This record gives sequence, C-alpha cells and structure tokens, in this order.
Amino acid sequence: MPMLLHEARLKRQSIYDMLFRNLTRLAAFCVLALLAAILASLVIGSMPAIHAFGFGFLTSPDWDPVNDKFGALIPIVGTLITSIIALIIAIPVSFGIALFLTELSPRVLRRPLGVAIELLAGIPSIIYGMWGLFVFAPLFADHVEPWLNQHVGTLPYIGPFFSGPPMGIGILTASIILAIMVIPFIASVMRDVFDVVPTMLKESAYGLGSTTWEVMLKIVLPYTKVGVAGGIMLGLGRALGETMAVTFVIGNAHELTKSLLNPGNSISSALANEFTEAFGELYTSSLIELGLILFFITFVVLSLARYMLYKLGQREGKAS
Amino acid sequence: MNTETNVTPRVIVKDLNFFYGKARALKDINLTIADKKVTAFIGPSGCGKSTLLRTFNRMYQLYPHQTATGSIMLDGCNILDKGQDLNKLRAKVGMVFQKPTPFPMSIYDNIAFGVKLYESLSNNEMDERVEWALKKAALWTEVKDKLKQSGMSLSGGQQQRLCIARAIAVKPEVLLLDEPTSALDPISTAHIEKLIDELKEDFTIVIVTHNMQQAARVSDYTAYMYLGDLIEFGDTSTVFTNPKRKETEDYITGRFG
Repeated sequence: MPMLLHEARLKRQSIYDMLFRNLTRLAAFCVLALLAAILASLVIGSMPAIHAFGFGFLTSPDWDPVNDKFGALIPIVGTLITSIIALIIAIPVSFGIALFLTELSPRVLRRPLGVAIELLAGIPSIIYGMWGLFVFAPLFADHVEPWLNQHVGTLPYIGPFFSGPPMGIGILTASIILAIMVIPFIASVMRDVFDVVPTMLKESAYGLGSTTWEVMLKIVLPYTKVGVAGGIMLGLGRALGETMAVTFVIGNAHELTKSLLNPGNSISSALANEFTEAFGELYTSSLIELGLILFFITFVVLSLARYMLYKLGQREGKAS
Repeated sequence: MNTETNVTPRVIVKDLNFFYGKARALKDINLTIADKKVTAFIGPSGCGKSTLLRTFNRMYQLYPHQTATGSIMLDGCNILDKGQDLNKLRAKVGMVFQKPTPFPMSIYDNIAFGVKLYESLSNNEMDERVEWALKKAALWTEVKDKLKQSGMSLSGGQQQRLCIARAIAVKPEVLLLDEPTSALDPISTAHIEKLIDELKEDFTIVIVTHNMQQAARVSDYTAYMYLGDLIEFGDTSTVFTNPKRKETEDYITGRFG
C-alpha cells in the first residue's frame, strides 16, 4: 500500500515536471515567434515600396510625398552619423566617469555619483528632447556654433563639416543630446566591469610602479574589454533607435548636406513625425520599409559586435 | 650558517606603527632586513605580517585612511617620507602576491611591462632582458617557444613564476613575496621554494608565509608576529629550535595558531 502511494506521487511529480518544462519552453518560443511576427509584418508592410523602388530605395536621397518618390538615404545617413558622433563623444567621457568612480573618487562620493548616473539613465527621452530644444539648442546656437563656424569651419578638410547656419538644431546637436543620453549606460556598465577586476591584479601593476592611468589603460581595460565592448554596444543600440529626443533637435529636414550644423533626419524621427500624416499606400509602405531598415541596421550592428567578441574570445582561447 | 659576521643591513625598520583608520595594526616594530638573505614573517592570520610587508613598497598608499609612522630606511632614504617617489620606490622593491596575477597580455609583454616603465631598451636589449628574467625565474625552458601567447594560458605554478620573473625584470633590490605559494600545489610550491633559494644570490627577499615548514626551509631569518607585535626575530634555526619567547614556541610547536 505505501509502495503504491509512493508510485502515485512519483507519477504526479513527473507530470508536473513535464508541464513546467513545456511552459518554460513555450515562453522561450514566444520570443522567437514575436520576433518572426514583427519581422514578417514589417516585410509585408514594406512590399509595395520594395516593388516600386527596389534597391534604389537605399541610395536615393529623394523624399517627395507629393510625387510619390521615396528614398531612404538621408534618414539612414542621419541615423548612422548621429549615432557614431554620439559614441565618439560618449566613450571617452564614460571611460573618464568610470575611471574616476572606481579608482580616484573618495569613498563618500562614490555612491551619490553612482546613483546620479543611474538616475540620468532613467530620465525619459522626451525630457532630454525638450531640454535639448528649449535650453541646449539656443545656447548652442548663440555660443558654440558661431565659434565652430569661425574657428573650425575655416580649416581644410574638416572645415565643411562645421560651417553652416548657426540654428541650434541639426545633426550635431542631435548627436550631442544622444551622447548625453548614452553616457549613463556606457559609464555604468564600464564602472561595473572595472569594479570586478581583482584588486591583486591592479596592485601587481601598481607594485611595478605604474601610475593609475597606466593601470587603467594597460591592465584594467584589456582585462575588461569584453564587458566594455558590451556596454558600448548597448549605448550604440540605444542611440540607433532613439526617437523622441532626436526628433526634437535634429530638424527633420530631408536634406543631404556636408555640414553637421544643418538640420537632417534620422530613421526613427522620420517615422515618428510622418506616420500620422502619411497618405497613400506607397508613403506608408516607404515608412514601414524605413522601419525594416532600422531593424536590419540594429541587427547587423549587434551581430557584428557578437562576432567581434567571439573573435576576441577565440584569439584568447587559442592562447590558452 | 655564519650569520653574525657577513651581514649587511638592507632595510632598517624603526618604530614602525601602522593604522587602518584608528585601529593600530602594527605596534612599534623594529627590525633589520639583511642584504641578500631571505627573511620570513610568520604568525597567525591578522597578526600584521602582510601589513608590514605592504609598508615596504607603500602599497597601502592606494587606500585612504591607511597610515604608517616611524621610519623604514632603504639606501639611506626613508621609504615613508612624503617626498618619496613611489614609482622609483617600486622599481627598487618588487612584489609578488598570494595568487598569480598575470596581466592580460602575452608572456613577453608581461615581463616587458615593468621594464618599459623605467628604461627605454632597444628590441634586442628587451629580448635579452625578458630571457634573463625568465631564466632567473626558472621558466625559460617551459615558455621560450610561446612567448607570444597569453600569460593567462600558463598553469598556476608557471603563472606565479611568471609574476616573479616580472618582478625581477626591473632588477629590484628587494623582493617582497606575500604568501607566494598559498594558491599552488605542492610540486609548484617546491619549484618556487627552490627558486627563492637561487634568487637570494641577487636579491634581498622578504617572504610572508602561513606555512611554518616553508619558513624553516627557505629563510635565513624569521620574524614571529602576533597581534601587531613583533614577538621574536632572529636566525631561523634559533627561532625554530630554541625560541627565546614562550609565545613563539607555542606557535611553532602548533599549540595554537
């Protein structure tokens, strides 16, 4: 009799076990299904535009809703340029923040500063956008852009990028706002990975007579490169897709100019601005194709990052 | 061992006190480290032996609220002087830690790292220096064909010898070993102990160890510490066979600690 009871319980347990396993599997597959569904709806939605423009869509700077002529070059370039400039600004600043927080800052400052950075990461992007438009852009137009025009705009090679009307809003402003937005992400990831570097490893480098700077650059950074790269990719992912803040300050002009001071457009801000007023199948479809392209860019960037990390890991693996 | 006659003092510690914040971790330490000899610090955990070692290269300086008073004389200069150039000091006083700490770079670069901080050598000279250091650390034959590989790829014992090679590559006068074998297996430990015996020809060695047999095997002088006090200091053979103090005897015979 007790034997039977035992068997019954075992059987019940194995049923629970199976149920649980299948539930978790279902949850996992939901992710894949969602991804596939989003991709499919983007592809289906953009079919009319793909048929009408083909690959020319990617290279055409036209954006003419009146004559139903659309091309994605300007928003693609805008998205890539703003994100790249944002990273160029954000990476060194974040490195400095993380370096200060982990190595140099007095202990009493560490927590408040760390919390401040996390708070900065939590500010909704529309607030950055408003601040950028109402506070930063006028200041930038009055004080920085004229200076850039006069001093950098006259230089050979890089001059053309920095000459143009000092309007305050434009590609450069959007890049700077983006940089401010991604700095907290990159900085807090960097701080976290710097924090896990074994004290003894740092002490060994100090013990040989290295300065803090040498320890950070030659020991800590190589030791944490995978985590640092991950943080940068997180920032890049955010910068590529950022919509509201960019929409406020980029100018939303379908123009392709050399100058970073001129207004431009990015994929996400074009989508945000124009969906409501898009009339006609081709217009809507072109916007959806823009979305597909953004999806694709993000996917490629993340895959490249993975591949890079994999290669790095493999090189180390070969060594070991 | 004829210790009384041919000993030159290398490091002279006088009235050394050390504080973690307000807590006093070393109490009026006085001792002299002999040149080209091995001096061992032994004692139970928390007795201050590592703290004492870390004053010799001012490693404690990295952390706020850690202070030392008194004097530690090396080559006629007080190490604890505010004006003491830390980088120069650490070129003279090398250190090896409890666990192997290879830098995330190739074996060659691990050795060259410290040398580059002080000297600008030609490629040839650097090659020679790396080979010299690796030979001194008895690692050359094992790694000479894979100098470009990551230092992390070596076994634990090899990594620790790499760290020793790295420390001696800058040609320090004093080598501090902070429980250098505590993370190693017996065979690697034997390697390192043999190495310490060879290295004292060129360097003054101070070793902190938990392992009393190790202190007895490798050192010429032994300092027994307890709760921040230097209880007994002298010839290793005397300290182990005929200790003057009851506390030392209790510890050495394993009655406590």
